[in-house]
Amino acid sequence: MIRLLSRRLLELVPTVLVIVVASFALVRLAPGSPFSSEKEIPAEIRQKLEAKYGFDKPLPEQFIRYLGNLLKGDLGLSTKYPQRTVNEIIANGFPVTLTLAAVALLWSLLVGITAGIIGAIRQNTVWDHAAMTAALVGISVPSFVLGPLLVLVVSLRLHLLPPAGWGDWQHVVLPGLTLGTIYAASIARLTRGGMLEVIRSDFIRTARAKGLSERLIVWRHMLRGALLPVVSYLGPAVASMLTGSVVVEKIFNVPGIGPYFVDAAFNRDYFLVMGIVLLYAFFLLFMNLVVDILYGFLDPRIDVS
Amino acid sequence: MKSLQQETVAGTKSDEIDLIAGTSLWHDAWKRLRKNNMALSSGVIMVCLGVACLCGPALLGIMWGYDAHTQNLAYGPQPPSLQHPFGTDFYGRDLLVRVLTGARVSLSVGVLAALVAASIGTIYGAVSSYNGGLVDSFMMRIVDILYALPYMFLVIILVTILGKSLLLLFLALGAVGWLLTARVVRGQVMSLKEQDFILAARSLGTTSRGIIFRHLIPNTLGPVIVTFTLTVPSMILQEAFLSFLGLGVQPPQPSLGSLINDGANQMLVFWWTLVFPGGIMAIMLFALNFLGDGIRDALDPRMKI
Repeated sequence: MIRLLSRRLLELVPTVLVIVVASFALVRLAPGSPFSSEKEIPAEIRQKLEAKYGFDKPLPEQFIRYLGNLLKGDLGLSTKYPQRTVNEIIANGFPVTLTLAAVALLWSLLVGITAGIIGAIRQNTVWDHAAMTAALVGISVPSFVLGPLLVLVVSLRLHLLPPAGWGDWQHVVLPGLTLGTIYAASIARLTRGGMLEVIRSDFIRTARAKGLSERLIVWRHMLRGALLPVVSYLGPAVASMLTGSVVVEKIFNVPGIGPYFVDAAFNRDYFLVMGIVLLYAFFLLFMNLVVDILYGFLDPRIDVS
Repeated sequence: MKSLQQETVAGTKSDEIDLIAGTSLWHDAWKRLRKNNMALSSGVIMVCLGVACLCGPALLGIMWGYDAHTQNLAYGPQPPSLQHPFGTDFYGRDLLVRVLTGARVSLSVGVLAALVAASIGTIYGAVSSYNGGLVDSFMMRIVDILYALPYMFLVIILVTILGKSLLLLFLALGAVGWLLTARVVRGQVMSLKEQDFILAARSLGTTSRGIIFRHLIPNTLGPVIVTFTLTVPSMILQEAFLSFLGLGVQPPQPSLGSLINDGANQMLVFWWTLVFPGGIMAIMLFALNFLGDGIRDALDPRMKI
């Protein structure tokens, strides 16, 4: 297990390196500069600013320096917020985004798997049709429509939950629902499909013949096979939840990392953009690794190594 | 159960007829699609919506002199009425015209972006798979790495580099969205290229380019169309996502995303400014998803979820 993990981690090194180079090139070769915004800066001050961030040196040299700092865990200084380092901004915002994504993930798994099971074991009944139509509606209502509608109904008309802000658990509910619903719908469809694949297979018939209770058959035998497609969907789902939270954070005024990214991309805040992209890329690679390993546990036929 | 039996009986009957007439993949698919009521009605909805988007704004302009841009503050925000079925927005513009114009922008960006993505993905996947070996593993490694980059962030960076123009928007979306198609096509070509007709083509002296474009790609058309139809709604969603953040289509040009954004800002008082664009967006995505599912089931019954 440890050998497998260390080998997989080692394999990630070239991928990570390519991602660093590619994002550095993409961000730095873009026209414009962090100091070319609204007002004209005197040439003298500009030179000093560029020297402070090291922009006066040739690009390859800057890259080497960036890479060196990166290895030390230093993501550099923000140009938009001169008082703060990228590390600080991420340390403040990322836990918030992560909390939001975790709530959304939990919600989507809970609702999605339940609806999927109901759909499969009551196949072609009213229950099934209701669950699957609900799933398709869920896929079709984007977060930026669902979010404002939830605010309108739940917060402003019924006064049940706060419409925006961040602080206690009440603030997490609506953004979490908004972000998670679309994935709940996909998970419901995947679970149902997976269950239907195994529902008529021999090992289920064996389980029935052994006289296992229906509950045990569903939870222990069917679900395990059905969850494979769901698990492989989780990697990309978490990825798009993290990026999708940009919109949800804007709607609910949540102090996550999303708004910083959009701002940073516009202001050519080189180090902040790079920092966030790299953070997310690392996180995605990590998630995919976890999914691969989970896969081996769920389906013994798959050889992870 | 009963309906299932009837279906199979009907199926064998028409199969017998087709045995005489000869049947093609497309013929079969069309037959299956025709039986799928939900997909068919979705198709009808999309055709109606498409016609309304194409002709609606011009028609409303001729009949009542409404257009999407002229502001008339005296008409202020008005609730829906016979004269303005969707109401008017903050600047006194008829909302129906603006929603139809916006839906037209969204639809065309979605279709064009999906076309760009499908073309890049198909050619990339076919070339990679046909060459095989080192070329294949290198090209697919690139796809893996791009998969690990946060997709939406990449689009945001591209949009800030390319500038906020409509033309470049779908290029940016397409340039990042071709990964799935590339993987699907690669898988198809892997098995196709070992078949005898490719050997025959090669022995007749057909060039690699000819084999890829004349023989391999046409045979992957089924799965490509399936991924294409499911890419269109996701591209529409992403365009709206960007416009909602203010990165996509720029005012005064309306798009569904920016209309929803405007509506969300004033929904407490002028609810119709959110509900109508949001509703049209949801209906559009719902119909496109259903149609996509139907086409997938029709073209490849095994892929059915």
